[in-house]
Amino acid sequence: MSFEGVPSVGVGGVETSRESEEAGSERSDGGAGEDAGRVVEAVDLTFGYAATPVVEDVSFGVDRGEYVGVVGPNGSGKSTLLRLVLGLHEPDAGSSRLLGHPSLAFAERERVGYVAQDVTENTTRMPITVAEVVLMGRFPHAGFGRVTETDREHAREALRTVGIEALADRKITALSGGQRQRAYIARALAGEAELLVLDEPTVGVDAESVDAFFDLLADLNEEGMTILLVEHDIGAVLERASRVICLNREVYFDGSPAAFAGSDALERAYGTALGLGAKTEADPGGDRS
Amino acid sequence: MTPLVSGAIRAPYDLIAWLIGLWSDALYAVGEAFGIGMLRYVFMHHAFLVGALIAVMAPLVGTFLVHRQMALIGDALAHTAFAGVAVGLFVNSVLGTGISPYVTAVVVAMIAALAIELISEVTDAYNDVSMAIVLSTGFALGAVLISVNTGGLAVGINQYLFGNLATVSRENAVLLVVLFLLVSLVVTVTYKQLLYVTFDETAARVAGIDVAWYNRLMTTLTAMVVVGAMQIMGVILVAAMLVVPVAAAAQLARGFRESLLASVVLAELAVLVGITLSYRYEATAGGTIVLVAVAVYVVAVLAGKIQSRRGVSEEAGTGTVAREIDAGTGEPTDD
Repeated sequence: MSFEGVPSVGVGGVETSRESEEAGSERSDGGAGEDAGRVVEAVDLTFGYAATPVVEDVSFGVDRGEYVGVVGPNGSGKSTLLRLVLGLHEPDAGSSRLLGHPSLAFAERERVGYVAQDVTENTTRMPITVAEVVLMGRFPHAGFGRVTETDREHAREALRTVGIEALADRKITALSGGQRQRAYIARALAGEAELLVLDEPTVGVDAESVDAFFDLLADLNEEGMTILLVEHDIGAVLERASRVICLNREVYFDGSPAAFAGSDALERAYGTALGLGAKTEADPGGDRS
Repeated sequence: MTPLVSGAIRAPYDLIAWLIGLWSDALYAVGEAFGIGMLRYVFMHHAFLVGALIAVMAPLVGTFLVHRQMALIGDALAHTAFAGVAVGLFVNSVLGTGISPYVTAVVVAMIAALAIELISEVTDAYNDVSMAIVLSTGFALGAVLISVNTGGLAVGINQYLFGNLATVSRENAVLLVVLFLLVSLVVTVTYKQLLYVTFDETAARVAGIDVAWYNRLMTTLTAMVVVGAMQIMGVILVAAMLVVPVAAAAQLARGFRESLLASVVLAELAVLVGITLSYRYEATAGGTIVLVAVAVYVVAVLAGKIQSRRGVSEEAGTGTVAREIDAGTGEPTDD
């Protein structure tokens, strides 16, 4: 459980003695809401789809305004960890809290935006416009009620922020991978999300657009958006994130990108025998500028 | 049943029946005014009413099914509805009761709908596997029940298999109006949730939508539509109304709401033209409607191709804009 070198950004100073070691103890301050705790607080999370755990004893936290990148080899449980944090799976052991509430019972869903790998593979032929997709971000606000003009204004504003307002009436499937991911970001922004959770969002996106996409994330982070990013491109994470978590079932490293680059966590997590892509990927930010 | 309860059920029934009477009078008047022979018959009034209602609710539900790649569920439920009809006829002949086979069909199809969801939830099987299992079971059960008591059952089974305009009684029309109101209301209220689940299940879960519950809702609605459409389409062709107009609309529409609207318009076209043709040429209604719907689909595909070809030349102009946005630069890029 290491939070070495993590700047505690804007926790609000409600309580000063919030040591991570004590995070497991019962705290019933959930009612106080947003500023009562960290944006994400995972304690000793263990989960497996079958007998062997995919994620074991993982503890970490994300503070407001942080930009946390999670890296690890394929099948290291990165996506599963996100799903646990989001409350989509019930952990076998441990607990996780989202914006001060237990993840599983988290109800204020509009406060979290989720962008996965391009999902259009599954919906290639579905007729739906970019504007309609972005408006979905407002659905948790609207509930069973009608979508209001305020909702539409939020959606338009979000499209402007990510710079694709010109594409609002296009079919989402007519967009490039990079544009589509922007649309999904816009969906999260339209919902006024405070936390952006991204699961390998740049898979299948061409290199040029990837850079622009990370620029957008950096801008959003600068404006106060908390970001939790799972990414296979270690170079990008080291370059962009304010903190790196290296995962392979367990946490191998949790700290600043600079400290990560100087550590042997990467070799340990990826295993030295796995010399395939690890070698090039282990070269942090080498071919990227 | 106490008089109070039966009265409470009676009143809306009478109201709907009265409205259907008005509709019938109106069509009769239209028929007289324009010399349209087929509008002289009450069964045709019912057929047009039921057809028009199906053409709204089938695409309404079908749009969500098709884009979840669950187009075959209509087929599966239609075959179990057939089992439901057989159950109704069987019970009636054994116990001497007078339950409408459509009511048992609704019940059995809804049970089957939930079974499909349950099988894929519990066994982790692909959705189409559970559909195939339920489809086969339904048809097998129907066939067995009919053969066990051939006496009274073989008679009149054709009308359920192939549909029949003349069999749409006033009671059936009332049942369909009720189904129509129910389906339309539910889809209107839960439109946003259904759309989210259809488009991106995981994101929908993150957004706090109970995906499993909405899946069940969707299949239950499908069961209702299937039984409603069975009256004129017949079991075998019922799924076509859920799928074909939706597929046609998807060729033309850009947005989801737009495609929903387009599919209803195209379905209305198919049903009204189909019923008219089937009356004129004394052909089976279900088959004629489906053939017209398929013809509409073919036209839509061609129109869609022409549209997208025109779109490509348009897009050549806006292509650079898109690429700029993609690259996140304000500078035009030329390549």
